[in-house]
Amino acid sequence: MLQCKNLTCVREERVLFSNLNFTLHPGEIVHVEGPNGVGKTSLFRLLSGLSRPYSGDITWQDKGILSDRAYYHEQLLYIGHKSGVKPELTALENLSFYHSLYNCELEYDAWDVLALVGLVGYENIPAGQLSAGQQRRVALARLWFTHCSLWILDEPFTAIDKNGVSVIERLLVEHAKNGGMVILTTHQDLLIPDNLYKKLIMKKPTAEEQYV
Amino acid sequence: MFNAFVQVVRKDLIGAFRQQSEILNPIWFFIIVITLFPLGIGTDPALLSRIAPGIIWVAALLSALLSFERLFKDDYIDGSLEQMMISPHSLTWLVSAKVFAHWTLTGLPILVISPILAIFLSLELNTFWALFLTLLLGTPILSLLGAIGVALTIGLRKGGVLLSLIMLPLSIPILIFSTMAIDAAAFGQSYTGMLALLGAMLVATITLAPYAIAASLRVSVS
Repeated sequence: MLQCKNLTCVREERVLFSNLNFTLHPGEIVHVEGPNGVGKTSLFRLLSGLSRPYSGDITWQDKGILSDRAYYHEQLLYIGHKSGVKPELTALENLSFYHSLYNCELEYDAWDVLALVGLVGYENIPAGQLSAGQQRRVALARLWFTHCSLWILDEPFTAIDKNGVSVIERLLVEHAKNGGMVILTTHQDLLIPDNLYKKLIMKKPTAEEQYV
Repeated sequence: MFNAFVQVVRKDLIGAFRQQSEILNPIWFFIIVITLFPLGIGTDPALLSRIAPGIIWVAALLSALLSFERLFKDDYIDGSLEQMMISPHSLTWLVSAKVFAHWTLTGLPILVISPILAIFLSLELNTFWALFLTLLLGTPILSLLGAIGVALTIGLRKGGVLLSLIMLPLSIPILIFSTMAIDAAAFGQSYTGMLALLGAMLVATITLAPYAIAASLRVSVS
């Protein structure tokens, strides 16, 4: 269970959002919506422990996420704007790097994963020479071999084709059914049934609220 | 945990070998500086062997400085640095792997070509041996100290100048003790004292610098 209490984020001396409260329970998918610049990426960076909140707490299983990083990060899969795909490594090498980085005990067959994301035949080409959508697929391939229960996905569908999006959406629903948690942003409408996900709508603060 | 270390090193080495200019540039720079000196100041062996330690060490320092900027930059740009920061492995351990990879790409080649350069600069065997030992102990210290500087300046757009300002004062003790050791060797004196000091600095930086690098990265990438 991931919980935010009175979270306030300040960037460049401007308040992006203040006193944000929400709880993510096992089995939930949360879609964060809001206009550009409202602080979705900043929120996700706070949630992943990459940056520190101006005030407020984020807890994972009732423990502060920064107090025991290893415990939290063991369960966290974060795919940000920067996809983390090394352009000079091939898709296979990227996968095996992330497999070891995530401390995965799961046995996985890299070829199966490549087949699922539709990259068979491109496995020996440096990722930098693949198309934008294919590079994104290399990044998202991690979703298939992770044992992490919390997925934080910042714009996962950028450059992915319709077919790919629906495959990933099915995977998200499957993950939630197995007790996982997903929080994501996307500017497209999710095509999964309304009762399967929740929305968190972020609004821009008024001019007065923006001052620290 | 050890597997993650190996994978980070492997990733960096493969990446560097696929973009060859990246690994060759600092070495080229090092070789060019050292070959230009005999051409510029004449081939008097006595003169050359007297200034050789200084030349080699200054060239090693500058070529290291040249290579630092890439140490975390690529990983920062493509996002894999963020991924390392939120991996369950300790960041201290992972940055040690990065620094080790950096040293094998910059420090190790300098060690390998140093015998040839010693001939250019008419060094005697005893002096060369002292030079080799100081490079062996000194270049890892440079990589570790440089990594702290890079970690502090990574978020800045033009961190290069700041990096050299942070890095050069820290590396001066290494330069001083190394050239002292080589000078002592050239005069036939014992230089174990200077080597012991360099060794002590190496132990101190190996144990402490990874924590400083990890902490600086956490501050810079936020």
